Amino acid sequence: MCQDCGCGDPEVVPVKVQQKILARNDRTAAHNREHFLGDGILAVNLMGGPGAGKTAVLEATGRALPDPKKVAAIAGDLATENDANRLIAAGIRSKTITTGQACHLDAELVHRSLHHFDLDGVEFLFIENVGNLVCPAVYDLGQALNVVALSITEGEDKPLKYPTMFAKADLVLLTKADLLPHLPFVDVDKITDALAHVMPTPRVISVSSRTGFGVEAWIRWLANARTAALEKFEVYA
Amino acid sequence: MHEYSIIQSLVDSVDAAVKETPDAIVMRVRIEIGDLSGVDVDLLTTAFETFRDGTCCANADLLIERVSTQWVCPKCDRPIAHGAVLRCPCCNEPARLDAGDEILLRQIEMEVPDVSGLRMR
Repeated sequence: MCQDCGCGDPEVVPVKVQQKILARNDRTAAHNREHFLGDGILAVNLMGGPGAGKTAVLEATGRALPDPKKVAAIAGDLATENDANRLIAAGIRSKTITTGQACHLDAELVHRSLHHFDLDGVEFLFIENVGNLVCPAVYDLGQALNVVALSITEGEDKPLKYPTMFAKADLVLLTKADLLPHLPFVDVDKITDALAHVMPTPRVISVSSRTGFGVEAWIRWLANARTAALEKFEVYA
Repeated sequence: MHEYSIIQSLVDSVDAAVKETPDAIVMRVRIEIGDLSGVDVDLLTTAFETFRDGTCCANADLLIERVSTQWVCPKCDRPIAHGAVLRCPCCNEPARLDAGDEILLRQIEMEVPDVSGLRMR
């Protein structure tokens, strides 16, 4: 009402913003992404629930690679440096991000962890996210790919319960495959069917970190993914 | 639990947007949260009510528009039925997410004492 008379009455003015709330995180993530790809590094955001076998898969990867110096890892956890210590013991240079009470990693935490972390010669950087199937899916870290570790002991309908996580997954590692003979009631087809309902392209590799089953296929997938990511980066850079 | 850090980012974004307008009081903040965003709307509201004190949003209401998840075929644009396999039944193409992952600040409504001096945006 009082638009022109200048009587000084307050008026409610709408201001269109149309901006992502996590824009600041996304900017840092984009910076991380450029840094990784520019240095020839495939950064993988490895997610999964607590105890899904994320660290174990990375240990198995370190043991299987001819040159573990090409691999590095940043391990996020609420407390302890246990995961990073296990990876160092497996030959992978690693660093811990202790998140305290934060249930996820974000781009800024990842960015800061890269300071004073020598990634010379590294081709694969694994960002082992906090064990959690909800929060980590929300934050872009600057990774090239999202990989979700899902153990065969977690229940066939797990993907349906956490659609956000699986919608963003480029690959699912079905872990603890060596336990299958002891779990006659687990139907792997039901797991892949559940994934097809939440992942547009349900890529699955069954692995056992204990026996090494599937680790070669996983390493081959990583190598191909790195080639594709770097080629794409060079085209658009 | 990450809803608290999202509110922190939201308050920072609102603060940046209203900085240019002196004496503005933020009355309403309108946001969009997609059903596939991974953000819980109730927790977000609680977090906002907890943390708005002492910030530019201290007097503001948070209005949340939920956006339903919608997957579509990237080839023929046909919507994929809710709960169905994420592949177009006609083209066999993997579905594309058309809506549902929004975590968006849409609009801020502020009370401004002197409208005549306000630059129109």
